[in-house]
Amino acid sequence: MPASHTAEHASHDLRHHFADMEQQKETATLGMWLFLVTEVMFFGGMFCAYLLYRLDYYTAWVAGSERMNIYLGTTNTAVLICSSLTMVLAVHFAKLGNRKATAIFLILTIVLGLGFLGIKAVEYHEHWVNHEVPGPNFHFEAPKPGASLQYSPKNVEIFFSLYFAMTGLHAIHMIIGVGLLTWLLVRNARGDFSPYYNSPVEMTGLYWHFVDVVWIYLFPLLYLIRHK
Amino acid sequence: MASAAITQDEKTNYLNADYGIKSWLLTTDHKRIALLYLISITMFFFLGGFFAMLIRLELLTPAGDLVTSDTYNKLFTMHGIVMVFLFLIPAVPTVLGNFLVPMMIGAKDLAFPKLNLASWYVYMLGGGWVLYAIITGGVDTGWTFYTPYSTTFSNTNVVAAAVGIFIAGFSSIFTGINFIVTIHRMRAPGLTWRRLPLFIWSNYATSVIMVLGTPVLAITLLLVAAERLFHLGIFNAQLGGDPLLFQHLFWFYSHPAVYIMILPGMGVISEVVTCFSRKRVFGYDFVALASICIAVLGFLVWAHHMFVAGISVYAAMVFSLLTFFVAIPSAVKVFNWIATMYQGSISFETPMLYAFGFIGLFTMGGMTGLFLGSLGIDVHVHDTYFVVAHFHYVMVGGMVMAYMCGLHFWWPKITGKMYPEGWAKLSALLTFVGFNLTFFPQFILGYMGMPRRYHAYPPEFQVLNVLSTAGASVLAVGYVLPMIYFVWSLRYGQDAGPNPWRAAGLEWMTSSPPPTSNFETTPVVTWEAYNYDEIDKQQEVPVAS
Ligand SMILES: [Cu+2]
Repeated sequence: MPASHTAEHASHDLRHHFADMEQQKETATLGMWLFLVTEVMFFGGMFCAYLLYRLDYYTAWVAGSERMNIYLGTTNTAVLICSSLTMVLAVHFAKLGNRKATAIFLILTIVLGLGFLGIKAVEYHEHWVNHEVPGPNFHFEAPKPGASLQYSPKNVEIFFSLYFAMTGLHAIHMIIGVGLLTWLLVRNARGDFSPYYNSPVEMTGLYWHFVDVVWIYLFPLLYLIRHK
Repeated sequence: MASAAITQDEKTNYLNADYGIKSWLLTTDHKRIALLYLISITMFFFLGGFFAMLIRLELLTPAGDLVTSDTYNKLFTMHGIVMVFLFLIPAVPTVLGNFLVPMMIGAKDLAFPKLNLASWYVYMLGGGWVLYAIITGGVDTGWTFYTPYSTTFSNTNVVAAAVGIFIAGFSSIFTGINFIVTIHRMRAPGLTWRRLPLFIWSNYATSVIMVLGTPVLAITLLLVAAERLFHLGIFNAQLGGDPLLFQHLFWFYSHPAVYIMILPGMGVISEVVTCFSRKRVFGYDFVALASICIAVLGFLVWAHHMFVAGISVYAAMVFSLLTFFVAIPSAVKVFNWIATMYQGSISFETPMLYAFGFIGLFTMGGMTGLFLGSLGIDVHVHDTYFVVAHFHYVMVGGMVMAYMCGLHFWWPKITGKMYPEGWAKLSALLTFVGFNLTFFPQFILGYMGMPRRYHAYPPEFQVLNVLSTAGASVLAVGYVLPMIYFVWSLRYGQDAGPNPWRAAGLEWMTSSPPPTSNFETTPVVTWEAYNYDEIDKQQEVPVAS
């Protein structure tokens, strides 16, 4: 980019402790990736628990998984993938300095994110009505003697504990993501972003994609277990 | 341009650049945040020490007479939680690291100054939750929160304590991310990786552990809290859940966490030993790489805490072997410090005395760690005072000694004032003597079979317990004394000048206390680390310009 433009924008976008915009950008990117590493470890603890119990109690996992609403789950997966696309487009237009298009795609991403959370709430409600929420009111039928799938309803309660812990934590990440997108929308309207300074949009994009990827793992692990 | 000729009172520095409580609470200057941390961490240190004194007083007599067994359970739990999570883990990185990392690499600040301030608020919020847990009756699970006791049976305030530690964990994560990015991206021109001070290397390794380990502890404690609050059944044995899973997840963080505590301390010792031996560190590359090796190997040994918990014998053998491997990089460091001193011009200022204390006590702590890593001996001394003594030799004898060492060494830089040398030497001596008197008897007690975490014991153990309590009193004096003379020195101490120790390192090439932007102009580094031979030849430090 031409030096004169850089100097012009650098004055108010460059934090005092960086030498130039490039250093500032690289720093933000590295920091964000490191944060995502901590997120991988954060979810990793639960994936580890999931793996252990799935190996121990496979039939209970099948029984629990059959109670998942696969239609709503699939719809939600599609919703999230679409939201990743709109997010990428928001980042793209922010880099071009197109404020209007950035705003449109940020709003679309927010709408899709809220849609995901709404559908998730419907699913949680179904589990609540069916007594599938762990705790004193948890109830799960024991298999009939001679049925092809034998499992202990107690083990199914562990499955649902992990289901709520994992999807719940994912949902909290989605809510934080929607909050970040709203903040971006305000800053975008204020005219904070330009082709020279758009790190917040890009960093939020990385976060949003990460949260999507977590779901891409959660979906098959929780919804798509079928009896072999 | 910084030079030895600057007189302090003409200069504005980070301390007098701005006044008022707001300028401190909203500061993004890494040096001021370091001081915020110093004050809050010192408070938690004395709170944890207060619990320790009560424990030692109870153990003065064989009968459980001072406090009830329930209260005693809470005392050692709160001592552990406050000391481990609110003092040992954050102390060196957030106080000394915060102050020194940007200065040592010639940067104006950490990469994310606001995140740095946020980390202090998060730390205080976590600490506040822990205080709330203490005030509302305390916790009695031990600092390890073992399930199913913590999830099902304890009727104390487990959730508040777990949430407090969960929150404080994020402050560690923020600090870790900040340090790694800063060290990668903010180094001064010419400051290559192999010219970095070893303090930077050790803080880098520490940050890696913080970033990779802390989230696992966070999720583990979150699951414990969720299990108590929402009746999730992840560790619940009644549902077929596995309490061992909790132990695996807990120690996956909490073993590496001891390296979060000790590695930055080792960095301090490397700086001090070279300075007071007037020599380049022996085997720079090996000491630097040893930090990374410790960080990596530290993640592969966690199950040595579970040898008697019912893990498979083969797994136990592998974890035992891996535990022995950690001794190699640790020993590399100890040998290299000693080799650095060999034929050096050693002088015995206070920081060096603390460093000597560190090397001796850490060696003992580390060696007894090998005893515990051996399967047979571990079965014998597991859950006895032998473990308590080993842990305190590494943590108090090692880490706290190093922390005090660093505070004395950089106090002139932080405040611009010298502490009184005579009193400081006395406190170093008291700490060393008091420490050994407190904890050496505990090795013997443990070997004789006195279990930990009991408030009463058979009368034949009394003599050693009295010695231990007496030692703890001496140790307390050794810690209170520096508090007093450090505060005293702020007003009455001699002006330190930019470099009272004639030490190498960029932080000494600017005025004391440093200006807000650390350096008037960004330094350009053209020399190797620890160039003491050149410094002594010139009789003055190379000038950064
Ligand atoms: Cu360990």
